[in-house]
Amino acid sequence: MFSDAPRGLRLALGLTSAAVAAMLVAGCGSSGSASSAASSSGPVHLTYWAWAPGLDQVVSLWNKSHPNIQVTVEKQAQGDDLLTKVITASKAGSAPDLVQAEYQALPTLVSNNVLADISAQDGSAASTFASGIWKQVTLGTNAVYAIPQDSGPLMFYYRTDLFKKYGLTVPTTWDQFKADAEKLRAEDSSKYLTTFSANDAGLFAGLAQQAGAQWWTTSGSSWKVSLDDAATQKVASFWGGLVKEGAIDNQPMYTPAWSKALDDGTQIAWVSAVWAPGVLSSSAPSGKGKWAMAPLPQWTAGQNVTGSWGGSSTAVSADSKNKAAAAQFALWLNTDPQAVAALVKDSYVYPAATDAQTGGALATAPDYLSNQPDFYTQAAKIAATTAPAAWGPNVNTAYSAFKDAFGKAAQNRTDFLTALNTVQQTTLADMKTQGFTVSG
Amino acid sequence: MTITTAERTRAVAPVTAAKQRRKGGWIPTLGLLAGAVYTLFPVLWVLIASTKSIDQLFSTFTLLPGSGLFTNLHQLSAYRGGEFWQWMLNSALYAGVGGALSALLSGVTGYALAKYRFAGRAAIFNILLAGVLMPPVVLAVPQYLLFAKAGLADSYWSVLLPSVISPYGIYLARIYAAGAIPDDVLEAGRMDGTSEWRLFRSVALPMMAPGLITVFLFQFVAIWNNFLLPFVMLGDDHKFPVTVGLYTLLLQGANAPALYTLVITGALLSVLPLIALFLSLQRFWRLDLLSGAVKS
Repeated sequence: MFSDAPRGLRLALGLTSAAVAAMLVAGCGSSGSASSAASSSGPVHLTYWAWAPGLDQVVSLWNKSHPNIQVTVEKQAQGDDLLTKVITASKAGSAPDLVQAEYQALPTLVSNNVLADISAQDGSAASTFASGIWKQVTLGTNAVYAIPQDSGPLMFYYRTDLFKKYGLTVPTTWDQFKADAEKLRAEDSSKYLTTFSANDAGLFAGLAQQAGAQWWTTSGSSWKVSLDDAATQKVASFWGGLVKEGAIDNQPMYTPAWSKALDDGTQIAWVSAVWAPGVLSSSAPSGKGKWAMAPLPQWTAGQNVTGSWGGSSTAVSADSKNKAAAAQFALWLNTDPQAVAALVKDSYVYPAATDAQTGGALATAPDYLSNQPDFYTQAAKIAATTAPAAWGPNVNTAYSAFKDAFGKAAQNRTDFLTALNTVQQTTLADMKTQGFTVSG
Repeated sequence: MTITTAERTRAVAPVTAAKQRRKGGWIPTLGLLAGAVYTLFPVLWVLIASTKSIDQLFSTFTLLPGSGLFTNLHQLSAYRGGEFWQWMLNSALYAGVGGALSALLSGVTGYALAKYRFAGRAAIFNILLAGVLMPPVVLAVPQYLLFAKAGLADSYWSVLLPSVISPYGIYLARIYAAGAIPDDVLEAGRMDGTSEWRLFRSVALPMMAPGLITVFLFQFVAIWNNFLLPFVMLGDDHKFPVTVGLYTLLLQGANAPALYTLVITGALLSVLPLIALFLSLQRFWRLDLLSGAVKS
């Protein structure tokens, strides 16, 4: 048994040296943050949770010109998980100073007391943004909970070559959209105009918004939840009908299979937002120069309304010890011409600030759509027609209910109105459980 | 007569048994082969997909290797000034130190629970057993709130400390200590006047080594693959392990393309250390079998 000792010793040594090596690594890793923490006794030091790519470069412009307010970007993964993480951090009193937040998440964050009211510092910025967008960061109150960063007006993207090949007209109404979808199936049964995806409720929300839906409204102190209002029912039964008759595909978006379908022309159109060229360039690289953008089809010919998909803002947390400095940074990031130009270039952002939507960094079309040189001029015109959104404090619940109910309905090609009713009931019940006063 | 029957059965029995074994032997082999294909195919997919450039990823045949491996590696290394390698180092730190400390702690605790009689021993062991049944996922958020109160959230400690205590590791070490260390050996040591600490370090620990290696490996893999705990604990992306880091590449908001090729290449690189670790520590398991044979 003592002859075993050398082996054990060797083993113990091995483990210890591995541990020591790792400790050394830890030393290297933490020395950077330790030194930056030490310097925070001088200038104000702010942390910023965000997911947009390239924000470090934009923020470094600020750090150079504002030596007394140093901002560190801590890059996060976008999504509902991040929302939960921010709320949890806030409950523990350790939320970062600044967070990137999607518009539909703002009521949830505000009702959880995560965000600070920055109207005193940034209230005057209202005129820089379209009133519909500004309303989303004030929630219709006198407070200001965030500064709008980007917006995502909905548009219609299509393959010009394949539309010509199959003799399709670019739809200006949803009726034409349906006719195109059916005609394409008749011409070539291997192709679909597009797909209905239940894995991102944001698009459906935007389409309902275009039809005039107002999902969450308040009167006095009570909420009204109407995810199944007439406008939304119209949208749901339209897409449900297309899926049921097989005129469009029912597979989710943002999967490798979906990318392949876009790339090889199995799907020849995509209802998406202004940021679509960025997604297309990675999902459908071979379609460069073949795609084009048109306004979203309308419910009534001659109308001119769109919804929005995505879009986010910069908010200051209630935990921040330097709210004034954080508010100053949030305003600079989203309104300063130099900052917005950098956001467009490095973070692929379509700026929410009205002035920034034409000229400057957006003077030339995105590389992927270089065949459409007036892309951003058209986009700005469409952006101006965005219908107002009405978000409530449990959008995340509604979105996950949507994913479940519509996911099943799309897979089984069953009635979308039943699914919509499920979403409404789930959301309403959750509002009541959370203790909100809900009427009707 | 009886003899001949007996002889006949004796002569026939092995033949039929062999036949049966050969006949039935196919089924488990096929089952295992199917299992191997099922588990290895995704690895093969990652291996092949990581060689494809973004143009090839969705357009070429799944099993056809592409020509973009070096571009992918280069881009991944260049991403945000080498952030990926920082994440790999972080993962190595969390899993290496966490696994080693966990193995040592499990060894001490398991040894004490197996070899000493003291009040509350059964209670402690039962609580540990309950801990084995508790999925660590459930604990992540309460642990975060505790660490935040202690001012340790968003630090290396916040991921390391919860990983050090592994109820399963302690359980395994206790079982192993009970089986591998004969009481006589300890008694003999005590008769010779060896201190308890020396007894543990020089006698018990070497005997438990194969078991502790197993605990280390289990814990290393568990920490390396852990997502939720570091996701909840850490805000600073320089402290992220590779799992959480790669996730940020995938979800950058709708307006930015997901960096599929980089994530796939990163996933491939992140399994290499695990494979290397298993291959290099395998010999300790083999020694385990040998030492068991000698002992009996």
